[in-house]
Amino acid sequence: MSLHQLTAHDLLDVFKSRQATPKEAYDAVLERIKAVDPKVKAYVRLAQHKPEFKGEFQIPIAIKDILCIKGEETTCASRILKGFISPYDSGVTQRVKKSGGTILGIVNMDEFAFGSSCETSCYGPTYNPWDLKCVPGGSSGGSAASVAADEAMWALGSDTGGSIRQPASFCGIVGLKPTYGRVSRYGLIAFASSLDQIGPLTKDVRDCALLMNIISGYDDRDSTSVNEPVPDYTKALVNDVRGLKIGIPKEAFVDGLDAQVRRSVEEALDLLKKLGAIVKEVSLPHTPYAVATYYIVATAEASSNLARFDGVRYGLRALPSRIRKNALVDMYEETRSKGFGDEAKRRIMLGTYALSSGYYDAYYLRGQKVRTLIKNDLDEVFKDCDVIMTPTSPTVAFKVGEKISDPISMYLSDIYTIPANLAGIPAISIPCGFSKSGLPIGLQLMGKAFDEEMLLRVSYTYEQNTQWHTMKPKI
Amino acid sequence: MSITKEDVKYIAALARIDVPEDKLEGFTKTLGDIVHYVEQLQKLNVDNVKPTSHAVPVGNVLRPDVIKPSFTNQEALAIAVEAKDGSFKVPLVIE
Repeated sequence: MSLHQLTAHDLLDVFKSRQATPKEAYDAVLERIKAVDPKVKAYVRLAQHKPEFKGEFQIPIAIKDILCIKGEETTCASRILKGFISPYDSGVTQRVKKSGGTILGIVNMDEFAFGSSCETSCYGPTYNPWDLKCVPGGSSGGSAASVAADEAMWALGSDTGGSIRQPASFCGIVGLKPTYGRVSRYGLIAFASSLDQIGPLTKDVRDCALLMNIISGYDDRDSTSVNEPVPDYTKALVNDVRGLKIGIPKEAFVDGLDAQVRRSVEEALDLLKKLGAIVKEVSLPHTPYAVATYYIVATAEASSNLARFDGVRYGLRALPSRIRKNALVDMYEETRSKGFGDEAKRRIMLGTYALSSGYYDAYYLRGQKVRTLIKNDLDEVFKDCDVIMTPTSPTVAFKVGEKISDPISMYLSDIYTIPANLAGIPAISIPCGFSKSGLPIGLQLMGKAFDEEMLLRVSYTYEQNTQWHTMKPKI
Repeated sequence: MSITKEDVKYIAALARIDVPEDKLEGFTKTLGDIVHYVEQLQKLNVDNVKPTSHAVPVGNVLRPDVIKPSFTNQEALAIAVEAKDGSFKVPLVIE
């Protein structure tokens, strides 16, 4: 096996036995990027600042273009932030650097994380390493594709409604959205502040635990960061699910779920049952309303968060050729009209509408109330279950261009992942099979708040008893 | 409740976005579809349900009032589109 193909934990063993140096590993992955990225297009730019090669975990990593890295351009895949060189490091990139992490470059995403396919990026789409005609999922599509194509050992992404888990599923890798507050959001360009969470995309579950150890923990620069002790997540990697209770929501296995995805998830369930887990049918009656709730709550928060992009301080500034209203308002409108893509405009307008006078109670307030109902459903089920299992996405990766003109069908791609964001609980996607056309299928496990360890334990057990995570795409 | 072109113009103005005529039809349709889709929430009874603004309840978070180093004026303005006399510069607003 070549260096670039290794998992992060295998690479650490290689370093320990002195078969290769961190610099050699870094260069090997850069070579891999040169070889395959012209096809995959996961990266939007390589890091300007080369690593120091110091520290315990000198693992080559890809960073989503939504996380500020000191001295690097950070654009959220939007024209409006072109040229923005971050003067500071986000909490997570600071932790990654401190641990020794060697940043390869910045990877593609949907503009401002608005999308499930990586197609709304101002840089153009990223392609799925398993089938270059298909999308890698989104919004962290570049993160997932880079890891799946061995163009990074691991990557960081962010997840507001499924943006780590759905692309991980589409690309056949592991993706974890931690509990809200587990990982600092300082320096994460905000989409929906009550839902956003940063997390790892990795080649296997052990790497997921290792990267969680690096990025988790309290940060006083993020007032929603939770000051709870961080366990050693690798201790949760126990190959044993005997007696654990897995809840299967009956609402998850309905129309719209691809037959091959359903079969793979059911087979995974049978395996876990054989390994001693107890499977229980449960009900989450309000989850069918999750997508509608999300598109009110998330867009309302987004419309407020994105108000800061106005051409006044940084990024793009555009001025109209003639005065329309007054010089300043004209600058805001021209900058935002030229700077944002259509999906960003659509979501900003939708959120503005939901918050506007006369509609606030009917949309935003009602959305927040239904959010409570969805959270209550999950709380109730977790009284008697250790994890809840569903497919990660109702389908495998779709073709580039297939859903881009139909926002609602795109939004429904996140039907299984959104409830975890609304409830703030952790959820993981792990590979569980392939479709007939050779595209990866993922299953999702949701857990109780701050119980990432349970998700890792069940995932690790499943992984130890299957081979899906070892499969590699031919690019 | 349907969305009209006039609604889109009004929302766009609130959001400081200029929607050109040739895009108005498209935005009116997709926004209308989405608003129609989210209207399914009206079916639920939410009387006596408290709204959730944050999944993890957070109140005011206070910290000791200690002076720490932050950006210098020069560092902050290094990213400015246009700067003058140590400030961000914008187009002339008042004659």
